[in-house]
Amino acid sequence: MIHHAYNLATVSTTAVPHGPVASDSFVTIAYLVAAVLFIMSLGGLSKQETAERGNFYGIIGMILALGVAIFSAEVNRYGILAIAMVPALIGGGWLAVRVKMTEMPQLVALLHSFVGIAAVLVGFASFLDPHQAMTPAELTVHEIEVYIGICIGAITFTGSIIACLKLHGKLSGKPLMLPARHLLNLIGLIVTILLGVWFLNSEATATGIVLLVIAAALTGIMGAHLVAAIGGADMPVVVSMLNSYSGWAAAAAGFMLGNDLLIITGALVGSSGAILSYIMCRGMNRSFVSVILGGFGTDGGTVVASGDVDQGEVIQISADETADQMMSARSVVIVPGYGMAVAQAQHALAEVTRKLRDAGVTVRFAIHPVAGRLPGHMNVLLAEAGVPYDIVLEMDEVNDDLPETDLVLVIGANDIVNPDAEDNPTSPIAGMPVLQVWKSTMVVVMKRSMATGYAGVQNPLFFKDNTRMLFGDARDNTDAMLGGLRS
Amino acid sequence: MKVGIPREVDPLERRVAAVPRTVRKLRELGFEVMLEKTAGKGAEFTDDQYTEVGATIVDAETIWSDSDMVLKVKPPTPAEADQLREGGRVLSFIHPAENDELLEHLAARKATVLAMDCVPRITRAQKMDALSAMAGVAGYRAVIEAAHAYPRYFAGQMTAAGRVDPAKILIIGGGVAGLAAIGTARSMGAIVRAFDTRLAVKEQVESLGGEFLVLDFEESGEGEGGYAKVMSDAFLEAEMALFAQQAIEVDIIITTAIIPGREAPKLITAGMVESMKEGSVIIDVAAEKGGNCSLTVPDKKIVHHGVSIVGYTDLVSRMSILSSRLYASTLVKMLEEMGGGENFSIDRENEVVRGALVMQDGEITWPPPKREETKPETPAYAEDFGSRPLPDSEEAASIAKKEAVAAGAWKAGGILGAILLALVIGLWAPISFVEHFTVFVLACFVGWQVVWNVSPALHTPLMSVTNAISGIIILGGMLHLSTEANTAAIVFGAFAVFFATINIAGGFTVTRRMLAMFRK
Repeated sequence: MIHHAYNLATVSTTAVPHGPVASDSFVTIAYLVAAVLFIMSLGGLSKQETAERGNFYGIIGMILALGVAIFSAEVNRYGILAIAMVPALIGGGWLAVRVKMTEMPQLVALLHSFVGIAAVLVGFASFLDPHQAMTPAELTVHEIEVYIGICIGAITFTGSIIACLKLHGKLSGKPLMLPARHLLNLIGLIVTILLGVWFLNSEATATGIVLLVIAAALTGIMGAHLVAAIGGADMPVVVSMLNSYSGWAAAAAGFMLGNDLLIITGALVGSSGAILSYIMCRGMNRSFVSVILGGFGTDGGTVVASGDVDQGEVIQISADETADQMMSARSVVIVPGYGMAVAQAQHALAEVTRKLRDAGVTVRFAIHPVAGRLPGHMNVLLAEAGVPYDIVLEMDEVNDDLPETDLVLVIGANDIVNPDAEDNPTSPIAGMPVLQVWKSTMVVVMKRSMATGYAGVQNPLFFKDNTRMLFGDARDNTDAMLGGLRS
Repeated sequence: MKVGIPREVDPLERRVAAVPRTVRKLRELGFEVMLEKTAGKGAEFTDDQYTEVGATIVDAETIWSDSDMVLKVKPPTPAEADQLREGGRVLSFIHPAENDELLEHLAARKATVLAMDCVPRITRAQKMDALSAMAGVAGYRAVIEAAHAYPRYFAGQMTAAGRVDPAKILIIGGGVAGLAAIGTARSMGAIVRAFDTRLAVKEQVESLGGEFLVLDFEESGEGEGGYAKVMSDAFLEAEMALFAQQAIEVDIIITTAIIPGREAPKLITAGMVESMKEGSVIIDVAAEKGGNCSLTVPDKKIVHHGVSIVGYTDLVSRMSILSSRLYASTLVKMLEEMGGGENFSIDRENEVVRGALVMQDGEITWPPPKREETKPETPAYAEDFGSRPLPDSEEAASIAKKEAVAAGAWKAGGILGAILLALVIGLWAPISFVEHFTVFVLACFVGWQVVWNVSPALHTPLMSVTNAISGIIILGGMLHLSTEANTAAIVFGAFAVFFATINIAGGFTVTRRMLAMFRK
């Protein structure tokens, strides 16, 4: 696969070698090893048992690649390097240690934006300093690579920033619905391509730079607009899509520099993000295109308009009664949603789980693929609270058991338990796979109010005969339940 | 429409094809019900109990000559078949594969015959699955017989008079009978081990608290699409070695291995029996088909080298009250499926009825034509007391197939497009680009393969680790930062290094944090 040393580590004629200098072959092989370690890292991360080892492989691969790069003939100016790296190392580590698990989605989005901006910067630098002698054809290819790299990087950067702000609640989760937004996107795309053609045909470096800046700004705006138009409910798809983009951006940088390690890593990350996006879309039974075009899902939900079909009365229940019901049940399934994350109820919930299990009640958690704002969001929160991961199950594992379940506790989830998805073909969420909680003997839904979920649709589950509503803050109610279980 | 229930003629058969409760149900469905005198005696039901719910008591001859449909448990004997009125109908266990003579006799009477043992194993037909119902009873009873013959406790005990070890039980065959036996033996406190050639059974065994024995051998009895396949000689050898080892260790062996239409496989040799402890017990549930133990004598309990070998073939009949009720209720469901007394018809379009229909008006209609996607589940073991295929497996398979076809079309289109694109690139791109492009495409595929089966719980950690490794873009920054040519490039490079480093440090650290939480 890798047979030309100069592809991996291009020889810089301008750099003055000093310090212990690694030979080109050595650098190439080290990069190859790093690439293999990265592959093993991703492979390890796909299973619970090997996940920690996977992360370890990734770290080793990174240290190897960086160490070799630093000591290669190509890198000098250790002063600047240290100034750039040391604070970032400390800052990044500090950020990662400090972040609350509930803020994980924002952090992940933020980190994506860094890859995006880095790709843009590398693109500009690479344009100014091509770093290798090239034939005219190669030069053209290089310019295309620079252009594409900068565009993808800019989209990733601004898109991720917007996603981060949305997830952090600094921006409304509501989709931004500009009039004719599809047309705007299309125009943006066409203009970007035209600018690219112009850029390729321009001779002067100054013109090229100006065009690149314009293109970066334009694609940056497009990235922001794309993500702004996507509603809160689709965030898991957006985040994994941005993950994918950040990979493609890295791969594009690899093409510019002729560095196979970057290309391999970028491609790995890009395809892994694409797979995650696909899995998320399948979880909502929606096509990738419909998610990307946006407009689905609103902010915190709206109270149903009075003109809506009268669905009947809801039956309320108290936290104490819920505790009693759970104690007398043989099997309980808990369905957490974003509401649990918002209320930070996972610790109290883990304690409730422990109490019930001590009392001999079978307790399991059912996680819908798109519960929360990040792929696997609920799993992370429950793991943080100390819920054993072997009782945390996927939707498909649980759905068949629900008819035999005595009690289902829905905490801050709405659309993912909506029977309309199966029964009502006109519903906006029709066809989305849902947890069939209504098939159990009894459902307790913990909710702040009768507001709708992110999809903005009413949920007939609340009006079913076997459903009880427990209104109020999820955290307060869970604490109250815990009190009930203790007494 | 009249249904008639004769008394079972087999002296060991104590079940009856209708109990008072189902007679009432049959009457509600619009059937007239006739029973032979003392038909329910074996199951402790008196004639009065039947007449109370509206049945009439008649003699055997009337049953066979007057009924529109005869309901039985055991397949009719040829003599019984000859009494059937011309064009009469029979609903019973038939075992058509093994009863050629019976079929001839029935054909001579131009009979219509429905076999309860041929009801297809699909979700909808579960309530008519008499085989599974009976197998469950047999599994339970096998354990009870074992407890009866075993001269010690099942459960372990600490007594003032010393410690009593729990009994160790090996159950061979993880079908319905085997699973019922596992549950029963566990609830009595024994240590239960189970073996089946199909690894898929492992989970079910473990769910009942049994330990699933695994051969140190890479072969599953479940071939492609759920088919059982012939096990290799080496596998059988390993299997026999396992049994030989277990025979020394365990106190009780219950064998439930039956292969449809064939003699039961001999799994326990005389040598293994002799290696067992004094007082050990073997219950051979497969005795009727020749037995899994080579020393089994059908219908007898024998003692060989201090080991009791029980070969009762009437385990189910020994629980006749219960098993009659269960069996009779599957018959009612079957008659209901055929339209009840008023709208009775034999609808060949009905999958369940078609599956059970062995003969219509004297013409043999068995085996039924295979539906295209129907895959007869033939587990290596335990067909009669067999394992039930997962409900919906057929439907799921057919849906999956359709999806696969659709996905395949997309895939084919995508691949074609990619090939075209690749060729276009090849036409004009310089060789240096093409080399990188090769690496790129291969890496995409590697990524795809490696990540495809990621467990959903790990989506977030996976994302943050990919985040960290995409920080490898730092290399780009490093190179430009070291250039001599251009100050702007150096600045850009430095910033790129800065951002990428945050990513690397942040990504790996946060992944570690998350994974640490995932520890059990």
